[in-house]
Amino acid sequence: MRHLMSPLDLSVEELNDILDLASDIEANPKAYAHKCDGLKLATLFYEPSTRTRLSFESAMMNLGGSVLGFSSAASSSAAKGESVSDTIRMVSCYADICAMRHPKEGAPLVASTKSSIPVINAGDGGHQHPTQTLTDLMTIRSLKGRLDNLTIGLCGDLKFGRTVHSLINAMIRYPNIKFVLISPEELRIPSYIREDVLQKNNIAFEEVVRLEDALPVLDLLYMTRVQRERFFNEEDYVRMKDFYILDKKKMALAGPDMLVLHPLPRVNEISVEVDDDPRAVYFKQVQYGVYVRMALILTLLKWRDTTC
Amino acid sequence: MLNVGALNEGFVLDHIEAGKSMTIYHYLHLDKLDCTVAIIKNAVSNKMGRKDIIKVECPIDMLNLDILGFIDHNITVNIIQHGEIVEKKELTLPKKIVNVIKCKNPRCITSIEQELDHIFLLTDPEKEVYRCKYCEEKYRGK
Repeated sequence: MRHLMSPLDLSVEELNDILDLASDIEANPKAYAHKCDGLKLATLFYEPSTRTRLSFESAMMNLGGSVLGFSSAASSSAAKGESVSDTIRMVSCYADICAMRHPKEGAPLVASTKSSIPVINAGDGGHQHPTQTLTDLMTIRSLKGRLDNLTIGLCGDLKFGRTVHSLINAMIRYPNIKFVLISPEELRIPSYIREDVLQKNNIAFEEVVRLEDALPVLDLLYMTRVQRERFFNEEDYVRMKDFYILDKKKMALAGPDMLVLHPLPRVNEISVEVDDDPRAVYFKQVQYGVYVRMALILTLLKWRDTTC
Repeated sequence: MLNVGALNEGFVLDHIEAGKSMTIYHYLHLDKLDCTVAIIKNAVSNKMGRKDIIKVECPIDMLNLDILGFIDHNITVNIIQHGEIVEKKELTLPKKIVNVIKCKNPRCITSIEQELDHIFLLTDPEKEVYRCKYCEEKYRGK
């Protein structure tokens, strides 16, 4: 049985297989409508999420399966003090596969050590968010036609933005990837990504503060939200939240093929006037998220059945 | 030359960086042992200038010395039996450290689930970097 904690749990070949399967699902959704008949997905969400939870639920329903779970810690036994380990042991008796989001980093990993069903990390604090990465990869591959030879701008909260950390980990395995890391000084990429991932693997990257300087050279711009829930101090959040705002004027500096991605939800960092620009693909990204989660659920269930 | 009585059975931890002996005393939980422990601080050393030494009189299976590799792998461990040095142990960086150091990341799952083991993994032997198994936060206390 396999779990998914980080994008690196999957080899490049396995990742490509999942993306191929997701593309096939996109092309022939009806062929997959009963693949999970009689099976259940547990969504254990200890912190609020709209997109990820609904995307998982939609994915399982599209496969003919059903869904159970909770959408906040307050409505689970965690409010009574139950540990993650105990919760997953219980859930293992109710469901066939589980997606867990938790505000504390490493919580899904703890769950996976006690679980008898596959556990998918649906986001743990500021740490990893592998299914968002699968979504991002599918979006890039589908719309750019490749996952190599790309200059990728990552903009906003690079310190706490787990989607950014996961995306970097996944993209460095493809040839000729260059990153431009665009953030305020206070929200720079953490050392464990800069030193142990980028520098260690000799990946080209530069860190800049001004978005305008980076835009002309980018193939992709990945915008992120400054996340209020990651700050211990409201004052710091208020100071940082509107640091970057992508608008039409800035988009004019970018190339005609540069795509704008965003894991959503957006707050102020992308002006709504950009939504109609054909280069803005963040709502398409949401649809790809469903296909790729369908592919992941099918793959993990297949691995469970073949290795147990 | 200060002379502390010779051991019959136990360990002599030599070439400890001057000033680090009490840290090692606590990491090895020597305060909990009911045996003779001698701590020599700031001894003269040809190699190091000044050094600390710890002598512990105890059965040789009583101490887990793996943690010494984490603290300082330049320490020399002499194992004494019947008053003689029977082995000089080479220290290496342990690949995994369990419940010796604690993760200080307030966002880590270990910050709220008290029963979890605090596990650190050696992620970069060259730079001697240990990271929390759960949240990957770098240990900075070394």
